Amino acid sequence: MARVILITGTRKGIGRALAEHFLTLGDVVIGCSRSAPDWTHDNYQHFELDVGDEPKVLEMFNAIRKTHGKLDCLINNAGIASMNHSLLTPLDTVKKIFSTNTFGTFLFCREAAKIMRKRKTGRIVNFATVATPLKLEGEAIYAASKAAIVSLTETLAREYADFGITVNAVGPTPIQTDLIRGVPQDKMDRLLARQAVRRFGTYDDVINVIDFYLRAESDFVTGQVIYLGGV
Amino acid sequence: MKNVNAIILEQIESFNENLDTPVDTSKGDDTILFGAGGVLDSVDFVGLILDIEQAINDEYGKHLALTGERAMSQRNSPFRTVGTLAAYIEKQLED
Repeated sequence: MARVILITGTRKGIGRALAEHFLTLGDVVIGCSRSAPDWTHDNYQHFELDVGDEPKVLEMFNAIRKTHGKLDCLINNAGIASMNHSLLTPLDTVKKIFSTNTFGTFLFCREAAKIMRKRKTGRIVNFATVATPLKLEGEAIYAASKAAIVSLTETLAREYADFGITVNAVGPTPIQTDLIRGVPQDKMDRLLARQAVRRFGTYDDVINVIDFYLRAESDFVTGQVIYLGGV
Repeated sequence: MKNVNAIILEQIESFNENLDTPVDTSKGDDTILFGAGGVLDSVDFVGLILDIEQAINDEYGKHLALTGERAMSQRNSPFRTVGTLAAYIEKQLED
């Protein structure tokens, strides 16, 4: 029976690459983003929503429960960033970043676990970032929103263990996506220099870690955060 | 449409199938769910409340959250018995 995998933020970037990866493996993929993607697949279903919009998110999970009757994996990829000095950051920006990154992740974890618990098995993978352990100036809010995700991951891992669900996180290094489009080259070079392996990350680097978390044999691995690049 | 008490009791019966010590529902509305005299541990209690919440939401087509601040801040817990929980749910359905 094909796995049912829910991935947030599938319109582009890592989310899209993840969706394509699992579709290639024969999984059923459900995705979401605020606007429609320009790609499609027979085994892919898309929901247009903001991950922090609780009523819309509940509707989507209701549809998943009724259509598929199960959910094997959740990958909380959707995320936004705002590179700016904290003194120049409006509170509205802070709220927006926390709504998508932190509240959205919480909401999806909670609703996914409600479906997964019925079969006493499930895999949840959240997205952290190296910006948190590297304490990057200019990314205070982004790093804080992701630090909260690390804390959530560690505690939810304990709460959901009773239901056979693992909760882990992957912490990518910068990857050449829209998220870092506005960051100056010299800042990027200085950042890469702080990694043990000094190069940009790739989609495959992230997919590799997620594949590991999703393996059936990884049911004893939970509450962990793997940072890429040796950070 | 099924009444709330019947839905709760139905969910308990279904939940009992996976319990070593099932909840005794012979007292109907006075069946103890949680607290002194109850048999559910905290994880089973969470599971049962989620089942009841889902069944109510499916039957009434609403998204009730049974464990909001309102429930947690009440002097007498609405989760004590089938009867208190049914009354609490009915109040939420009316609001």
